[in-house]
Amino acid sequence: MASTEVMTINMGPQHPSTHGVLQLVLELDGETVVKATPHIGFLHRGIEKLAEHRTYHQILPLTDRLDYLAPMHNNLGYMLAVEKLLGIEDQIPERAQVVRVLLAELTRIKSHLVWIACHALDIGAMTVFIYAFREREHIMNIYEKISGARMTSNYFRVGGLSADLPDGLEQEIRTFVDSMPGHIDTYEGLLTGNKIWQKRIQNVGVISGEDAIDLGVSGPSLRGSGVDWDLRRDNPYSGYENYDFQVCVDDGCDTWARYKIRLLEMRESCKIIYQALDKLKPGPILADCPKVCLPPKKDVVDSIEGLIHHFKIITEGFKPEKGEVYVGVENPKGEVGFYLNSDGGPRPYRMKIRPASFINLQALPKMVEGSMIADVVAVIGTLDIVLGEIDR
Amino acid sequence: MSEHRAVAPLKTEFADAVLDVVEFRGETTVTVKKEQIVEVCTFLKKELGFNFLTDLCSVDYLGQDPRFMVVYQLYSIDKNDRLRIKAPVAETDARIETVTCVWQTANWLERECWDLMGIEFVNHPDPRRILMPADWEGHPLRKDYPVQGPDREPYQGRLS
Repeated sequence: MASTEVMTINMGPQHPSTHGVLQLVLELDGETVVKATPHIGFLHRGIEKLAEHRTYHQILPLTDRLDYLAPMHNNLGYMLAVEKLLGIEDQIPERAQVVRVLLAELTRIKSHLVWIACHALDIGAMTVFIYAFREREHIMNIYEKISGARMTSNYFRVGGLSADLPDGLEQEIRTFVDSMPGHIDTYEGLLTGNKIWQKRIQNVGVISGEDAIDLGVSGPSLRGSGVDWDLRRDNPYSGYENYDFQVCVDDGCDTWARYKIRLLEMRESCKIIYQALDKLKPGPILADCPKVCLPPKKDVVDSIEGLIHHFKIITEGFKPEKGEVYVGVENPKGEVGFYLNSDGGPRPYRMKIRPASFINLQALPKMVEGSMIADVVAVIGTLDIVLGEIDR
Repeated sequence: MSEHRAVAPLKTEFADAVLDVVEFRGETTVTVKKEQIVEVCTFLKKELGFNFLTDLCSVDYLGQDPRFMVVYQLYSIDKNDRLRIKAPVAETDARIETVTCVWQTANWLERECWDLMGIEFVNHPDPRRILMPADWEGHPLRKDYPVQGPDREPYQGRLS
């Protein structure tokens, strides 16, 4: 009589489809996954600990390095938390708000482009990868013109922005967004009707809406399980309530549903970017709060007040009053939140990041157990995890 | 601003357990006794619809008693509101009951809390470290843990 035994294999931490240094210990019965145990922490840099030893302004570059595919969203979430702690969230000028939304949505497209590129590549559709990275390169160039960096933008500031948009950039963004729906059609042409693609992701990685909520899954992964929840609409920040957009929901609960949602989200982001470009009017980009906002360089050089404020903010930082706030924003991966606890000093007493990928990854065992080993690759792709954010 | 909808029911249901209610910047924080944290969380989920555990973390108030505070960020998808629950944990008895039975999300978050802050979660289904290596000594997010790591001189700034 044939006997069977469970075989344990390691997938990662060095594996091309784990999107970073994720290790999965898989227990297999033949090709069926009996148990999956994720091991994380290989990229742990102690950002929360570091934050306790830095002023509020100095923490901002650390947040770029969380979800490095969507740095503007991390910057935005952190800035909103600091502004709420200071109580200046209603003093942010209109132009800064609009630019924040504009760049947040551009970043969403950028992050989703990496998702579709890597997700398709993992499953064997290589062409999409090349196309999506071509479009991403345009966004990186826009990033570079705005902030000087291609990935770690570090562009938003307490009270607004670090600098105004360079001349001619609005037209460049408009040209890019004009071309984007056509590009999405191209990806769909390569994938949506493709029988292999359909067979690889339909009814794979199924998770019900109740289970997803219980496991704390958020973002497109939750909306793919039929839960109609998007922080941009339900807890609007940075003026999202003034934009007209659809929250894409699909009750398919599988990888196919999440695939369709993210493609639709890219199209919705284009709509929001158009609206933001139309709203963009000349005006101040920094709140009038000299005690907390870093003054423009011109004031530092030309006025004694500017110099003093700059010196005070850089050397000792500002001191929010004692208290605690939590702000969550709709990152491309899900809800990214910042919990700031102030003891009245110039550094946060405690900063806790709510990492969307970390909590979404927790649902992975539930989604792969009982399915084939090849589906694990599809599920990692569909969860759209970034290890920089998981390990912090 | 009016009182958060959860405060009155909590005070009625758990008159002895509610220690403090604070409102800051429009956010409500309710501090409860750690002995009744599971009952409070179950009540909040079942009766008041806080079905989504957004985050769980802990704060180290070194030098104060009780030393630790475990912080739960709750969200209700149906009602679209947030609530923060805190439970004080003493240094001498750094343990609190797990809430994984209420929200499964708590599993990894509590492991992280144990790993980095050294608070033990009683009856946790998988009480291993999560971010630090399994044989790591100490809990890095504690305030008495040096930022440069153990057995190293503090960073003095660049010399050049």
